Amino acid sequence: MGDTTPFLKIRNLTKMFGTFTALKDISLNVNEGEFICFLGPSGCGKTTFLRAIAGLDIQTAGTIEQAGKDISPLPPSERDFGIVFQSYALFPNLTVNRNIAYGLENAGKSKKAIKARVAELLEMVGLSDQGDKYPAQLSGGQQQRIALARALATSPGLLLLDEPLSALDAKVRTFLRHEIKDLQAKLGITTVMVTHDQEEALTMADRIVVMDHGTIEQVGTPLEIYREPATLFVADFIGEMNQLPATAVNNTSTKVGDIELVCNEHTIAQGQSGILTIRPEDVVPHGKGARSPGAKDPIKTPQNTFDVTIKEMEFLGSFWRASLTSKKLHDHELIADFSINAVSRMALKEGGTIKVELPEQALRFYAADN
Amino acid sequence: MVDVPINTAHLGPTIKPKTGRDAWIMRAFIVVIGLYLVITLAFPLYAMLSKSFNTYAFDLSRYEIQVNTGTGWGDPITVEDLNEAVKKYKPEDLKTSSDGRLPIVEMIDGFSFRSKTLYRLRNTTKGSAYLVGSERITDTQWHEYTSNEFRRVFLKPVVATGLDNFVQYFSNPSLFNSIYNSLFIAIVSMVITITLAFTFAYAMARSKMRFKGAFKVIAMAPILVPSLLPGIALVYLFGNQGMLKVLMGDQTIYGPIGIIAGSVFFTFPHAMIIIQTSLSISDARLYEASDALGASKIKTFFTVTLPGARYGLISAAFVVFNLVITDFGLPKVIGGQFNVLAVDIYKQVIGQQNFEMGAVVSVVLLIPAMFAFAIDRIVQKKQVSTLTARSVPYEPKVNRRFDNIMFTYSAVVAGLIVTVLAVCQFAALIKFWPYDLTLSLVNYDFDVMDGGGWGSFTNSIKLGFMVAFIGTVVVFVGAYMVEKVPAFGLGRSAFQFLAMLPMAIPGMVLGLAYIFFFNDPANPLNGIYGTMAILVICSITHFYTVSHLTALTALKQMDKEFESVSASLKQPFYKLFTRVTVPVCLPAILDISIYLFVNAMTTVSALIFLYSPDTTLASVAMLNMDDAGDIAPAAAMGMMIFYANSIARIIHHFASKGLYTKTQAWRTR
Ligand SMILES: Nc1ncnc2c1ncn2[C@@H]1O[C@H](COP(=O)(O)OP(=O)(O)OP(=O)(O)O)[C@@H](O)[C@H]1O
Ligand SMILES: [Mg+2]
Repeated sequence: MGDTTPFLKIRNLTKMFGTFTALKDISLNVNEGEFICFLGPSGCGKTTFLRAIAGLDIQTAGTIEQAGKDISPLPPSERDFGIVFQSYALFPNLTVNRNIAYGLENAGKSKKAIKARVAELLEMVGLSDQGDKYPAQLSGGQQQRIALARALATSPGLLLLDEPLSALDAKVRTFLRHEIKDLQAKLGITTVMVTHDQEEALTMADRIVVMDHGTIEQVGTPLEIYREPATLFVADFIGEMNQLPATAVNNTSTKVGDIELVCNEHTIAQGQSGILTIRPEDVVPHGKGARSPGAKDPIKTPQNTFDVTIKEMEFLGSFWRASLTSKKLHDHELIADFSINAVSRMALKEGGTIKVELPEQALRFYAADN
Repeated sequence: MVDVPINTAHLGPTIKPKTGRDAWIMRAFIVVIGLYLVITLAFPLYAMLSKSFNTYAFDLSRYEIQVNTGTGWGDPITVEDLNEAVKKYKPEDLKTSSDGRLPIVEMIDGFSFRSKTLYRLRNTTKGSAYLVGSERITDTQWHEYTSNEFRRVFLKPVVATGLDNFVQYFSNPSLFNSIYNSLFIAIVSMVITITLAFTFAYAMARSKMRFKGAFKVIAMAPILVPSLLPGIALVYLFGNQGMLKVLMGDQTIYGPIGIIAGSVFFTFPHAMIIIQTSLSISDARLYEASDALGASKIKTFFTVTLPGARYGLISAAFVVFNLVITDFGLPKVIGGQFNVLAVDIYKQVIGQQNFEMGAVVSVVLLIPAMFAFAIDRIVQKKQVSTLTARSVPYEPKVNRRFDNIMFTYSAVVAGLIVTVLAVCQFAALIKFWPYDLTLSLVNYDFDVMDGGGWGSFTNSIKLGFMVAFIGTVVVFVGAYMVEKVPAFGLGRSAFQFLAMLPMAIPGMVLGLAYIFFFNDPANPLNGIYGTMAILVICSITHFYTVSHLTALTALKQMDKEFESVSASLKQPFYKLFTRVTVPVCLPAILDISIYLFVNAMTTVSALIFLYSPDTTLASVAMLNMDDAGDIAPAAAMGMMIFYANSIARIIHHFASKGLYTKTQAWRTR
């Protein structure tokens, strides 16, 4: 992608509903062929953002360029996109075939060409034999795919999806995630999907846009978002995260309870309080049996290593989740995920004591949310 | 959720959304249909309002007169001075109505049209006028007249704006007493109808009694007849020669008793439907909870049923109030000496040709009607918001004793309704009640009676079809545009207001307003006065609100993203409208057309001022025949309306059912 101009170039987008600001000065680039997810809690403005891109609710201020053309004031009919809604909005009185053909008619295409295209699309979403049914006669997942086929029928340059999977049950959802992702990759169509399901975003997106209160908190690949959350909000919103109240000692060190911990560089002034975070799976146990037999058990940051008591243990299928306490942490609870092997080798049980290390690069210090 | 407006200064310029072609077309539709409502509703009402504030008086100071008794012309004096000199007219004599005319010769002592005396007369100011025969003189030149000509000179009043008409109204007890009378019958009818309708609806919703379907059909029957039909039945039953006159004792049916009894009959189905809806949406889970807590049936009734139905009850109460207070046909037929507002309007306009006073009474009638309408709207909004999709419909259980009581009650109510209709049909077939009881069809020989004959029946059918067809198209298209147009906030609000207004306007008031507006020679639309067109327009406007709300309800049930999807696929909105919206909303569209048809067939009040000899109507003919003493033919005509409406309803029923079967594949899973 490099230095080519972005496919969607969004600048300083603001959307007001009366005096309520739903989007605040948002800027974003989306590259051609990219799969972008808008992720955030309910009411953060994801749908509003998507509808602005579609021209369904045009922004109050700011510009949107698509493929080099300023489309900011244009109504939906003069833009180039396909859209799938949470409700699918399939026309109930038209058969599946006619739903898909809806956008192909009066575009100068022959009946035969339309029929062929509909068949191709049905094949693409794997529902070739369902063309003569009405939407109400299909399952939710099938309806979803028909809606997708209808949106793709006119080969738009941009595909917009507003929580397309949220009305489905978990199994179908997981299956369709891959279906949609594969289809998108095959067609190479630039796609923006709204979701409040982080798992969905993490598995499907090339890049995730995390939003809160009408602003963008972070834009990044799923791994970046997960490993290097830019703000405490992102850290908290994505995955499991320990949050320990701490005070800045210097720009690479903080104090939690009585322990001074070395952490990733931060910009918080000395003496200021904040929140120190670490993911449960990043907590490293030490001691006999902590590593596979024969492997070394090096302590990388002795300063960040201390004894804790196992207060509780919970088996979560592929790992154990332990809640750890320590007088030195002033009884702040620390959640840690240990592998099944480690737990059995170390014979960990509730009430036991072990040594844990909080690796420097896994610790991030943020100013407290206000 | 920070609700602080951000500093917009550093933002780029505000984006002005481009209005697409579809949006322009939709706006154009809203404007056109909105203009239709302005012209057929707002303008006429305005004309009527301003009429009520118009007062007319002769201003004698605006004329100068000169007399020549054969000895040369005397000095010109104002007619005011002349009147002063002869002391002919007192100031109150000079008040008049819009077509008042004052004979000038009355002020000339010893006037004789044979005398040789000559007269000269002139308007001293522009704006005053006098008539010579039918010629209207408005210039300020002197005109000379012989005595013979002068006896045909009349002064015309000048118009002023003021509250005089209202002062006059409220200083005349025989007029303002009608306010009490109208409120009295409306409130008493309201209490009785609500009690009866609630019990009936309760039986339908909460009992396992048999024949529910038949009872429901019978309970709806009064909607199919004009409001004056029960009046005619009551005359036959309890009138001066009534079959059951003895039951009346020393009371008379001609008056409040008759009006209230008839009002209960014709408002019953309206109240029943509203209450039944509110009972059927109350949540079954509440009843189960109440049962589980061991509450008695009576306690459940007062703690669950009544509160659950309260919005329905209030709404129904005000609907009944409004129907009764604005009704004209029934009090006209059976009101006797008991004056009510709606009949007063008729008497002022038709009887006394006092249009200004008719306008004043209309304004007075508007106040309670608007008030009842406003309350109903507020309550309806509340009821909608209490409706949740998760509520479980209540399924009554068998309870012998309760079911039997409810069955008996419903059978009595249904029996009374059937009785009213049967009496009318019977009366229509009797040669000459009570003297010649042989069966005959003489009463159907409408052509030999007042009212327009069989032609008025065919006119009514024609009107019904035209109103149903044109009205449904206008209403549904208007509702669609206003519901789906992007942006255009101000236009939408204005349209919504105009669409809701007709419900608050009594038919009599609308009809009278039409006279003022359309019968004005200066109005370019004057040509439709006296034609079928004005009857169609008036009916559509009169019944606009309920139709509009029905259409809106259906449209709101459609996925609101259909338009978005269609636009994203570059398809024009009218493709979506014809291919999806109309087919999906077809049941509601059929409901609107039958509503318009039935109402156009039965209405009297809206059209009584507007029909012409070429456009007589069945319902109006009923009234006129009754007025002329031909009560049996009036009953016969009423039953003809009933049968026509019944057939329309049956067709509607089968059309809806057929449609349902045909579209079942996509409507249900
Ligand atoms: N038409 C509107 N008028 C007023 N406020 C609105 C309107 N549409 C959205 N909002 C407000 O803007 C904010 C963002 O709404 P939006 O629908 O974009 O949220 P979302 O992130 O999509 O949430 P969800 O996950 O619940 O769908 C919300 O606070 C919402 O109440
Ligand atoms: Mg949303």
